[in-house]
Amino acid sequence: MLDLVPLWAAILALAVFMYVLLDGFDLGVGMLFLLRRDPEERNLMINSVAPVWDFNETWLVLGGGGLFAVFPLAFAIIVPAVYFPILFMLLGLIFRGVAFEFREVTGARKWLWDRAFAYGSLVATFAQGIVLGMFIQGFPISGRQFAGTSWDWVAPFPLLVGVGLIFGYSLQGATWLVLKTEGELQDWGRRMARYALIGVIAFIVLISVWTPLEDARIAARWFGFPGSIAFAPVPILTALLAWTLWSSLGKGREALPFVCSMGLFFLAFTGLVISLWPYIAPPSVTLWEASASPISHQFFLIGTMFLLPVLMVYVTWSYWVFRGKVRGDIGYHVE
Amino acid sequence: MHIDSVLLSRFQFAWVVAFHILLPAFTVGLSCFIATLEFNWWVTKRDVFRRLSAFWLKIFAVSFGMGVVSGIVMPFQFGTNWSRYADKTANVVGSLMGYEVLTAFFLESAFLGVLLFGRKLVPQWAHVMSAMFVAIGTLISSFWILAVNSWMQTPQGYRILPDGRFDVVSFFDVIFSPSFPFRLAHTVTAFLVTTAFVILGVAAMYMRQRRAIEESRVMLKMSLIFLAIMVPLQMVIGDAHGLNTLKHQPAKLAAMEALWETRSRVPANLFSIPDQDEERNHFEISIPVLGSLYLTHDPNGVVRGLKDFPREDRPPVAVVFFAFHIMVGVALLMLATVVTGIVLFARGKLENSPRWLRAATFTMPLGFIAVIAGWTTTEAGRQPWTVYGILRTRDSVTPSLTTGDVALSWLLYMLAYTVIFGAGFILLRRLVRIGPAQATQDHENESLQPKTRAARPLSAVSSGGETSRQSGRVATSDDIVPPRRRN
Repeated sequence: MLDLVPLWAAILALAVFMYVLLDGFDLGVGMLFLLRRDPEERNLMINSVAPVWDFNETWLVLGGGGLFAVFPLAFAIIVPAVYFPILFMLLGLIFRGVAFEFREVTGARKWLWDRAFAYGSLVATFAQGIVLGMFIQGFPISGRQFAGTSWDWVAPFPLLVGVGLIFGYSLQGATWLVLKTEGELQDWGRRMARYALIGVIAFIVLISVWTPLEDARIAARWFGFPGSIAFAPVPILTALLAWTLWSSLGKGREALPFVCSMGLFFLAFTGLVISLWPYIAPPSVTLWEASASPISHQFFLIGTMFLLPVLMVYVTWSYWVFRGKVRGDIGYHVE
Repeated sequence: MHIDSVLLSRFQFAWVVAFHILLPAFTVGLSCFIATLEFNWWVTKRDVFRRLSAFWLKIFAVSFGMGVVSGIVMPFQFGTNWSRYADKTANVVGSLMGYEVLTAFFLESAFLGVLLFGRKLVPQWAHVMSAMFVAIGTLISSFWILAVNSWMQTPQGYRILPDGRFDVVSFFDVIFSPSFPFRLAHTVTAFLVTTAFVILGVAAMYMRQRRAIEESRVMLKMSLIFLAIMVPLQMVIGDAHGLNTLKHQPAKLAAMEALWETRSRVPANLFSIPDQDEERNHFEISIPVLGSLYLTHDPNGVVRGLKDFPREDRPPVAVVFFAFHIMVGVALLMLATVVTGIVLFARGKLENSPRWLRAATFTMPLGFIAVIAGWTTTEAGRQPWTVYGILRTRDSVTPSLTTGDVALSWLLYMLAYTVIFGAGFILLRRLVRIGPAQATQDHENESLQPKTRAARPLSAVSSGGETSRQSGRVATSDDIVPPRRRN
């Protein structure tokens, strides 16, 4: 029987990556919202992500539900280990999700929902970073269950990654604003993008140094042979993209910074896969060990192969509909 | 009752799903109603259908958005609190839930934007189609999630692997488990009836206040005729579902009736206070033989009592008993409302019956009460199992959780949901008080202003505030209080 595990790993990786890219920029805009006080500009910032944020978040449901369906052992180990980070993420997403709408309603306490939007985004981002940090750090396992406590995430490395992701999503958000806005807000977006980029590079370096020191297996993969040659393009491209992003901000380019930011996320994601492959619940559970049974993989794949392309067409189309600059007076350009 | 992470995890799950279920209970029916209105407008060209659709679309947008955010919480609950259940059952239920995301969530969100904001952008047939696709999306979602739930109630099509996990033998058998057709029919009908009572109640309120007369007349007629068919039909379906439960989950059925001894000529237990420890009922009021008649359709029918089942296999009797009786009581109230309404309607006196209109206004929450009560009956009645008869609830919980962990998380969910659902409720009530005329005006303004166009759930609501501000008219609290509120 054909082994579907690599294919399913690829589909799930795609869902998670799509989520990080897409909800990344609207969570980033949500956090940058904290730093901008002018009501008109705040409206512009919200309007720039309003039509697309709920599509973006659907990828999270696909990622979470997909992990449950396809690699259930990983789901059963990882999610309890990040019990509170997941709770904070969900509550953050709820508050910021309804804030989009509640702040606009006649008689609503706008200042309150504005805060819910910004702090909800911040909490959700920080919590997702902690989940990522825990994932890299690995989980103590006994039998088929997580053997640690619900507070293992209160540790330097996960918290550090949490802060790192705040810079990461802020970079996505700031370059998105550069793409979607004009004038003073765009200039401000450029400045914020540079601050965020400095933070992102600092955290990429920090994590790239920390993980090989902590984990001999990761060190062997990156610095052994042939890894050191085969994977050398990842850090080199990261440096090139960071430089391109920095200079494109100086040259007044509008789309390139956002593209470079997405590229940085892609390379970081690739680096993560290189470090951890083939483990889905590090340090000991592989994709194959965590896998659902072949018949379940087949049953889910038949529909997915048909439905996923249809979704991609739709998501692309919805972004196309809302292309162009967001403006306060006339909103989105629509044909 | 011993308080531990299992019990608190159950409370937490009950809390998040109870709030969540209120929204599909409303939006499944409302999307169907809106699709019907759009279709009617397309065919008959009567403007009242367009005005009604515009009004209900705003309410739909808010409800749907709240349903989305509270729904994201649900799949993660399986991992956070029920990881052993997740590990054991994922082969069976994982892909069904995955298909819900792929077939329903994306379909709904895809066509919701066109439905809410595309009236002027797409041909009318495409707009009607969009309304229908959203409705179909909500129904597909119900299909998958109730397939999962039914399999947990009446599992089949599986085998147990040596390590205790479930594996699938036949996905067809898994999806179409014995209780699934009955549960699907009973639940979807309940959702439609819930929505119809909200429409009926809103129409009755407006009619009593003598405003939006034409809209109210249409709503009254549509909802009343629909309910006159569906409420009795729902009782027949519920009865069939009961027979199915008697066959497949006899302990649950015994708890619904608080029946301790196995016997024939079972009385109908109208009221009692079941005592789980003493294995008997206090203050029982019952009607002889009637129980066997409706449970088995035979006056001499034998029904198994709770004492037939080991103590550790019995559900919490009082919870199941009261939930079931509240559901049946609400059903009888619904039937009385509909029958009197139809009689008045046939005599042409409905619009001039202030007492009936007043009573009908109060039926607005009935469907929600019945849905929550029915859901409690079936879920508490499934206890002490997550997968009926095979996997116990206490063997399903995440082992690493402490009592304090779950107490803290439940507390935070309670605080958050109280704020969010409280605010959402106030907002929905405001939209109902503003009424169709106002809503229509806003909607027309909105379609002239590209600014407020945005393809996402709740944003249709925003136009009310935006428009009144931009037209230089300051919205005050007077605006939301209907004229002549007390006749």
